Amino acid sequence: MALLEVVGATKVFGGLTAVDDVTFSVEPGTIGALIGPNGAGKTTLFNLINGFLPLTSGEVRFKGERIDGLRPHKVCARGLARTFQVVKPLQRMSVLDNVIASSFLRFPDRADAVRHAREILAFTNLSAVAGEISKGLPLGFRKRLEIARALATQPDLLLLDEACAGLNPTELDESIEIIRRIKDKGITILIIEHHMKVIMSISDHIVVLNYGAKIAEGTPTEVAGNPAVVEAYLGKGE
Amino acid sequence: MAQSSWFRNYKVAACVLVALAAAPLVPVLNSSYMLHVLILMLMWSVIGMSWNLLSGYCGQVSFGHAAFFGLGAYTAGILYLHGGVSGWWGLPASVIVVGLGSLVIGYICLRLRGPYFALGTLAMGEVLRVTAENMEWLTEGTMGIMIEKRTWVAKEPFYYIVLALAVGTFVIMELLVRSKWGYYFVAIREDQDAAESLGIDTTRYKTIALVISGVLTGLVGAFYTNYMGFIDPEVVFALHDISIITIMVVMVGGVATRWGPFAGALIMIVLSELIRAMPKIGTAHQTLFGVLLIVIIIYLPNGVMGDFRKVFRLVRRGAAPARAGGE
Repeated sequence: MALLEVVGATKVFGGLTAVDDVTFSVEPGTIGALIGPNGAGKTTLFNLINGFLPLTSGEVRFKGERIDGLRPHKVCARGLARTFQVVKPLQRMSVLDNVIASSFLRFPDRADAVRHAREILAFTNLSAVAGEISKGLPLGFRKRLEIARALATQPDLLLLDEACAGLNPTELDESIEIIRRIKDKGITILIIEHHMKVIMSISDHIVVLNYGAKIAEGTPTEVAGNPAVVEAYLGKGE
Repeated sequence: MAQSSWFRNYKVAACVLVALAAAPLVPVLNSSYMLHVLILMLMWSVIGMSWNLLSGYCGQVSFGHAAFFGLGAYTAGILYLHGGVSGWWGLPASVIVVGLGSLVIGYICLRLRGPYFALGTLAMGEVLRVTAENMEWLTEGTMGIMIEKRTWVAKEPFYYIVLALAVGTFVIMELLVRSKWGYYFVAIREDQDAAESLGIDTTRYKTIALVISGVLTGLVGAFYTNYMGFIDPEVVFALHDISIITIMVVMVGGVATRWGPFAGALIMIVLSELIRAMPKIGTAHQTLFGVLLIVIIIYLPNGVMGDFRKVFRLVRRGAAPARAGGE
């Protein structure tokens, strides 16, 4: 059974259909990718999945149960965490405190929460900056902190919204490595990414959106050879 | 590291407590007037700390703390007037009344965000003021409630009661800020959407912050009734004299800092008393007060405690000419 099933998801803002009857699923233990040109509705789809926005129509099922209509914190408590494209760290808190705040969800006792947060920091290569205030960190660290905070809630499914955007090549390799390690832990991932290197090297299954609608899906090779995808990205040939 | 900073904080807090407890024994301070100033200072510290929890840590800026203050004050006043019991029963009673009142205010206002929340709370304070003015059968309206005979003539008992209130509030704040709730409050302040998606029930924790904040401010209100012996809606539900001054106390002292509310209350009360005492200024004292506050906010945007290093440097530089601008 698929871990996440999106069935006929539709979101209309006024006269604009931002997400148009999108259906896809994510199998447990895999990395799914959501790609598409700017404005294709990828982040809106994430917002529908984790409960930030109500669906106009359609269903979202997680572990076989409907989660559309639940508030985001309830969705998170069921094991579905997300990161944000625009990183949202607790600016005036240290990196460690940022992660502790998320750890409390599964570890109500402070000492346990701190211990778990330190493990997560080690896992995401952030131990060295644990004591630093997150506001002044370079983007690469803040992107990883975003992942660490989501991981600290012990999700079964992690939605990563452009977790690799704006990174330099070294940081990029490090993030890819971390995403692989997350998968190895048994956590399923759904990732939005523009970076083709990331998408092609890590994803098992790709869903392509354009103008809110699904135009293709399949393995990286299938998608890369699909004429509709090439057209969406590069325009129609003469 | 955490251990040593705990120890250091504890030492500072203990010194402050001993100094405050001993204050009435110091001859200069042991006048009715000086004790009155100290009592006002401690009252504002408690209101400041409670505002700091909701607005400083949890980020829900309230422009209506007079609502809680007034509810507490009237709980004590009405109990005395209609219940025929001592106004001091107002303190425990206010916990229930203001607690419930805060739930209602929270239910109405917490669905709003940012400036809309601020305006919502501002409106709640005004609504309660007008209500108190018009429900004459209960509140005596604009006549106000007078407590015929105050419990003590001397100021010392009042001083120690409000000191106990301040110490209690300080301890509650320390415990809260370090707890799971404290982390959640700050997470909500920094980014409500991120907090929500990381599994924090933002509505619930904002309500908790609001109720604690409201109840603590309400306790000061109930104390105020007993201390001053007279309340009327214009005074205890005052937008400028309570709600706005509350914000000023914390902003001057330092938002989301441990000692900010104390420092702010000290500075505000001393300034206001000094300026009021100046000859020939008369009613212009509020103007001067306002200008001073603007200066503080421009040069110390994080408050005296938030910009402690800056203040320290200025003081140490002493006679050296101060340069405009700063960093």
